[in-house]
Amino acid sequence: MSAETGTHHHPRPTSPIEDRVAALEALLVDKGIIDTDALDGIVEHYEHELGPMNGAKVVGRAWVDPDYKRRLLADGTTAISELGFAGPEGDHLVVVENTPSVHNVIVCTLCSCYPWPVLGLPPRWYKSPPYRSRMVREPRALLREMGCEIDDGTEIRVWDSSAEVRYLVLPMQPDGTDGLTEDELTALVTRDSMIGVAVL
Amino acid sequence: MDGVHDLGGMQGFGAVVVEPGEPVFHEQWERRAAVITFGSFLAGASNGGQFRHSIERMDPSHYLDSTYYEHWLTGVATRLVEAGLITRDDLEERTGGPFPLSRPDRGMRVDDPGADVTEARFAVGDQVRVRNWHPPGHTRCPRYVRGHKGTIVRIDIVASVPDIEAHSPSSRNEPTYSVRFEAAELWGEPGDPVHVDLWDNYLEPTDER
Repeated sequence: MSAETGTHHHPRPTSPIEDRVAALEALLVDKGIIDTDALDGIVEHYEHELGPMNGAKVVGRAWVDPDYKRRLLADGTTAISELGFAGPEGDHLVVVENTPSVHNVIVCTLCSCYPWPVLGLPPRWYKSPPYRSRMVREPRALLREMGCEIDDGTEIRVWDSSAEVRYLVLPMQPDGTDGLTEDELTALVTRDSMIGVAVL
Repeated sequence: MDGVHDLGGMQGFGAVVVEPGEPVFHEQWERRAAVITFGSFLAGASNGGQFRHSIERMDPSHYLDSTYYEHWLTGVATRLVEAGLITRDDLEERTGGPFPLSRPDRGMRVDDPGADVTEARFAVGDQVRVRNWHPPGHTRCPRYVRGHKGTIVRIDIVASVPDIEAHSPSSRNEPTYSVRFEAAELWGEPGDPVHVDLWDNYLEPTDER
């Protein structure tokens, strides 16, 4: 269809899925059902303003401020909104804490529920049938396959986000980082550690 | 419905493929599909239950063969056609080819959703059993916990029952719980526990209570 989707100087042919998306968008705009100008801004917000950098700030704060951590574990939604993070898929946030005896990991077996305000939109693997089918049945083996070795003496708790709660894992602070500032600690926190498929 | 979307515990899907440095959107069409999806929500084309169920009704081979944003696109288009806002002919004419939609809704229409339940029936620590039933429509009760015993570990908000909102012009609110299931109970062998968030009506008291 449109030559504008081509890169460089040579327009490439569009794929069937591109044609379907373009057709539905054009139809909805023509009928006045959607206003793409307003929506572009919303999607840009999801693409650039939301992401694991938000969750990392929550974790960094919890590591340096015991009182914040206590509030975070008692009422994740309220404590996270203190840092300015809230919105769709974040109305009921529960933070689960990793300790030497418990490792937490999150999944959504029925669709792809994910805590958007703190982690952004989910990566493909989180939404894929292998992850969704296997994490509830063989979490230890799957974590090992993904490079996350959990001690035999540590219980793995899997959280299937099947209702209104969206989960965030509070990873353990890495050894030897006690002297770091909050900003330095925040920079250590990865998306995967807040899903629970990595340890720091 | 016992659909292909209800993946928990299924076997045979192989390794999880992780893409290092993955972008939020891989292609421009994924970004446009997100725009369309958010727009159709703002236009009131679906509630959450209706939208999820429109994806669950995709042809199983299409569901497994396509990624998340194609699921969104297919679900949204299906809902818009069912709501009478657009027609499949319009879509296919504009596309210049086929536009696969989801299969028809087989859920039973709920005319009387019943009264809201605001008090939690169960307390933290209670033993419960998940009802064993197989509704043809939408539910957020995964197949792998049905009929199984678990323990209430957290009481969450009172929320609209998805099974009803997907098939009714009205809704009913009920408490939700996080329920812990031991691996031996679910899979018949030792392993790590799974916690599943469930609505009140999915659960029954057990004799041990």
